[in-house]
Amino acid sequence: MTLTHNTNTEQAMPTQTVQAQPGQNQADQDRIAKVGDAAYRIRHHALNMGEVQGQGYVGQALGAADMLAVVYADQLRFRAEDPHWEARDRFLLSTGHYAIGHYAALAEAGIVPVEELQTYGSDDSRLPMSGMSTYTPGMEISGGSLGHGLTIAVGMALGLRHQGSDARVYNFLSDGELDEGSTWEAAMGAHHHQLGNLTAMVDINALQADGKTDTVLRTEPITEKWAAAGWYAQRVDGNDVGALLAAFDNAAAQAAAVGRPSVILCDTKVGRGVPLLEDREKAHFMRIEEHEWQTCREQLTAGYEGKASA
Amino acid sequence: MSTTTEAPDTTTAAKPKLKTSAMIASFADPGQKTASAPFGHALVEAAQENDKIVGLTADLGKYTDMHIFAKAFPERFFQMGMAEQLLFGAAAGLAETGLVPFASTYSVFAARRAYDFLCLDAAEPNLNVNIVGGLPGLTTGYGPSHQATEDMAIFRGMPNLTIVDPCDSLDIEQAVPQLAASEGPTYLRLLRGNVPTVLDEYDYTFELGKAKVLRGGNDVVFVSSGLMTMRALQAAKALAAHNVDVAVVHTPTIKPFDAATVLAEINTDRLAVTLENHSVIGGLFETVASAVVTAGLGKRVVPVALPDEFLDAGALPTLHERYGLSVQRIVAKVLAELG
Repeated sequence: MTLTHNTNTEQAMPTQTVQAQPGQNQADQDRIAKVGDAAYRIRHHALNMGEVQGQGYVGQALGAADMLAVVYADQLRFRAEDPHWEARDRFLLSTGHYAIGHYAALAEAGIVPVEELQTYGSDDSRLPMSGMSTYTPGMEISGGSLGHGLTIAVGMALGLRHQGSDARVYNFLSDGELDEGSTWEAAMGAHHHQLGNLTAMVDINALQADGKTDTVLRTEPITEKWAAAGWYAQRVDGNDVGALLAAFDNAAAQAAAVGRPSVILCDTKVGRGVPLLEDREKAHFMRIEEHEWQTCREQLTAGYEGKASA
Repeated sequence: MSTTTEAPDTTTAAKPKLKTSAMIASFADPGQKTASAPFGHALVEAAQENDKIVGLTADLGKYTDMHIFAKAFPERFFQMGMAEQLLFGAAAGLAETGLVPFASTYSVFAARRAYDFLCLDAAEPNLNVNIVGGLPGLTTGYGPSHQATEDMAIFRGMPNLTIVDPCDSLDIEQAVPQLAASEGPTYLRLLRGNVPTVLDEYDYTFELGKAKVLRGGNDVVFVSSGLMTMRALQAAKALAAHNVDVAVVHTPTIKPFDAATVLAEINTDRLAVTLENHSVIGGLFETVASAVVTAGLGKRVVPVALPDEFLDAGALPTLHERYGLSVQRIVAKVLAELG
């Protein structure tokens, strides 16, 4: 696996390619397996939730499951029984419609009961279709109006540092949100205030509401833009758990109360883990027929067991 | 004014002196008692009591009196640059960590440019985020880019948001600690620089959410907010010379609105007039009218407000006269109404 990162932010921006080498020892393998297991369960939860509504952002949840699994199974400091624990790291879901994936991750983390997931998107549920902090334990902000998350993350990172907390702030956003000017206001603000306690993770699934990202509004070269904005920028295969862990480890090594903010740019595949959906025409709202949900689950499990036994 | 740096111009004497359309024009009358930067000093005082208070601005610290706070508490001041979406989003983030942010910009930018961020990031979660908007209504001669003539109309529809339109330095000084202490987001229509001190002559204290009767009168009742309360008091004095007895009710909190106090004053056979430094659409007049109709009162209310137009650039006294906010125009309007 490879990951590219860019450490030279102030002058020119050569993009380095380095070989990440996790999996060398048993501890690394165990770590990858733990996150992989979590990602499988997150995907499984997401399929079950999608079936309840007969719709939903299942494709995005499957694509982002590995990113969410790394966060909740490996990186984030939290107490499941006390979602408001003051010393917790903050995970901000800017991309509100990814709530289905986030709820699945919160269930995996033990913050939301698994059996509650079936209420997703229903009347009076704590799990609305678009994520809101006022509804769901563990949901730090109300995303959904895209391009907000990183601005709030800047304030949180400033506020935590100001009060002497060593908690870190993770902001999950999508490549579509790179269209929003506010994302770049926040990117500049984080650099200006040297928020070394802030990590952004961008899901680059190359898809947005009206079509492929490069046909809607071209955002590339993404890595160079973040690097030019002063961030420690890495780009990885967002469906490669080993590469993700290596990138997060690099970001953690960079982290400091005063320092460069980090961004992990994750190329992901919509529908990842379910071949039926991976091959389907990509759409913001992926159509899945009633009889297909069981097939999806079976394909997911077959792929997971095949990988686990390989 | 010193003229030592100006080139000699022998033709000057022949030209009429032009009035200036300065950005930061004071609406204080010549010789009027004023206080300097009351917001900045009040925020410093509040911050000395409450270590959770922080300040931020979008490249307008010097123009919103935030620089006073920044100088007193540099480690509690955060410059966000000319980025209003970041200003409000970051203010919400600071509040999420338990701090009490005061975020300043001009009212035009607060209301028009970053509404979504204040609405969803601060108001929906009901965070203690305090927005301070400079140049509300017609307080600059720079034209529509800087004149926030519809800020209250924009903000009144935002759930949870408290809106305060102070009259003078005393109002601002007393409002700031109450805004910091109140839960939920607030919007303060800032009067900056040398701000008139008016209400010290009355038996008055600012109470968030309360309207106050400043003076009684048998013929007319003025319901006013912001700097128009100053004008209302001046007009009341001027109308006394015409044997017209005017009461003045000051309603610095536009939302939530103290309808009980205002309706008790309006529900009489006196001429009812609202006065505001804001468009006639969506501000104090419509707030009062809504309360009147909701209460089932069949009462006519006469608005003194800015017209539903983009206003001219020019000198403030010229513009206040042109658009009906001057004491002279208020007096004329009341006398015409009384026939």
